[in-house]
Amino acid sequence: MKSVTTAKFSLIAGAIGVVILLIAHAVGVDYLYFASYTILQFIVLATAWNILGGYCGYVNFGSAAFFALGAYSSVFIHKLYPLPVPLLIVIGAMVSGVVGLGMGYLTLRLRGSFFAIATLALAVVLQTLVVNWDFVGGSRGAYIIRPEYLEIGSFKIPYIEYLFALMLALAIIALVSARTIERSQLGFGFATIRDDELAAEACGVPTLKLKLIATAISGAFMGMAGAPFPYYIGYLQPSSAFGLEYAVNSIAMPMIGGTTSWVGPLVGAVLLGSAQQYATVTISSAVNLLIVGLMLVGFVIIAPNGIVGLVQERLRRKRS
Amino acid sequence: MDISLDLLINAIIAGLLLGGFYAAVTAGISISFGMLDIVNIAHPGFVILGSYLAYYLNIHLGIDPIIVSILMLPFFYALGALIYQVYHLSFEKRGQDALRGLAFFFGLLFVTEVALILVFGVDYRYVEAAYIGPSLHVGFVDLPLRMLVPCIAALALFAAIQLFITRTFTGRAIMAVSQDQLALQLMAADPIKIKRIAFGLSIATAAVAGALLIIIQPVEPSVGREYIGRVFAICVLGGLGSMPGTLIAAILLGIVESLTATFYGPSWAPAVAFGFLLLTLAFRPAGLLGR
Repeated sequence: MKSVTTAKFSLIAGAIGVVILLIAHAVGVDYLYFASYTILQFIVLATAWNILGGYCGYVNFGSAAFFALGAYSSVFIHKLYPLPVPLLIVIGAMVSGVVGLGMGYLTLRLRGSFFAIATLALAVVLQTLVVNWDFVGGSRGAYIIRPEYLEIGSFKIPYIEYLFALMLALAIIALVSARTIERSQLGFGFATIRDDELAAEACGVPTLKLKLIATAISGAFMGMAGAPFPYYIGYLQPSSAFGLEYAVNSIAMPMIGGTTSWVGPLVGAVLLGSAQQYATVTISSAVNLLIVGLMLVGFVIIAPNGIVGLVQERLRRKRS
Repeated sequence: MDISLDLLINAIIAGLLLGGFYAAVTAGISISFGMLDIVNIAHPGFVILGSYLAYYLNIHLGIDPIIVSILMLPFFYALGALIYQVYHLSFEKRGQDALRGLAFFFGLLFVTEVALILVFGVDYRYVEAAYIGPSLHVGFVDLPLRMLVPCIAALALFAAIQLFITRTFTGRAIMAVSQDQLALQLMAADPIKIKRIAFGLSIATAAVAGALLIIIQPVEPSVGREYIGRVFAICVLGGLGSMPGTLIAAILLGIVESLTATFYGPSWAPAVAFGFLLLTLAFRPAGLLGR
């Protein structure tokens, strides 16, 4: 596993993606597309959070804000001139990345907790801005009419299938990037910040620069996850774009899965994401959020390295 | 826009009253974040919990919310001490307080909010007391008792904490524990015990702040989130761990928010705190009266 190169890994991940796409197409149930879109979206969010949180050790509570930035930049552009969704994803990534960079520049020079607090407040402020901004719908929300089909030449693809494929591609890109970062010099730099920032700084690691890079990448991926969201949901209002479940899940999923490698967020997002899809249908959405919260608290106390950590420990014990 | 003098003065007075109340909400954060370096982002969650307990006892037993909050003090103190114990054993001792400690408090905040939603629903709740409704009129200045009573209670709480911290041995030990744990041990005080007392005290203030909050405005479970930005903005602006600084910053924020609400509309008010926070972090991270 360790010896697989990035190119090979990307190929394998891409192949798995194509297989998933074919299976989904063969099953062809609309609900399945809607449900798995949400899970894929959480994979992107959890992976993005982990690039800053897991690798550098800086907590971002404002995932919902970055997600909503992506979503609302799509709404804004849609109202001006409807662009194709892949372009909107790029724009969403840039907007969220720049905001992440700005926030990071103001707060990352100070103690670590200031950044976390600022991200918490960022969500409230951006929501205030959006609520007061009538062009993007204000507090009433904005309708985005989703076309029935995407037409490329003579091909007609159902739009939800198209969105699903885009999100699948995003999830794969996010995972490949996270894995590449982890194994690169950048990733080692991040790890030194997480382990002992002062020592890293003293050894000549440009900590502020690295932290800013991590914040920008992480923010950009969250923006990407948010950009297609208005098309997915059809009607975007501030309370759904800034929903607490995004902030909580993007922290809980890596924490429960394990924060030290790209596998953790993936495991956490798939497990928690599918469990929530199931619980929302069968129990209620409030109860399932309560369960996520309790699991988060339980895991950080009892199993600080998440599911991946537990599995690794068991494997090590078996070997010895 | 015509700015009439009456309106301006009334807005400033309302801001002063609001600021006094903010001081009570922030007092707990000033202790936990400012003095103990524990980033207790769950604090507003406990404030809302306090509001709901005040509401419950007020509606079912007809007790005045402020009296309820005083009755609740020991329970909140015990809750705080318990949470500190868990926090200390799981994170502080292992040196993992940065990432996992924050996630822990975030989880607590979230669990409190969702649990309150499950028990009480998302409707706004309010309390009943004789001083909710009437106002004093001094010339053209309106002093709604709904704001005046909480402000006075908040200032009393604040003064009590300040006296406790500066005049008693335990209080001084709380200030010392953030500076030099070893030196504190040499003075025959157990730093862990001191921190437990301080954290219990900080959560106990949330009981009072919660009761005052529900007097000022109707409360629903997610109101707490608006206060996260506010309390930390006040705490940072005042200077970490400085109680007088906290009071000044709270009143400043109250006035600016009130002016914003009066002249630009209430929906802009939540953004003020964030502006305060970012400006402080950018230009004077040590705060107004920071060490």
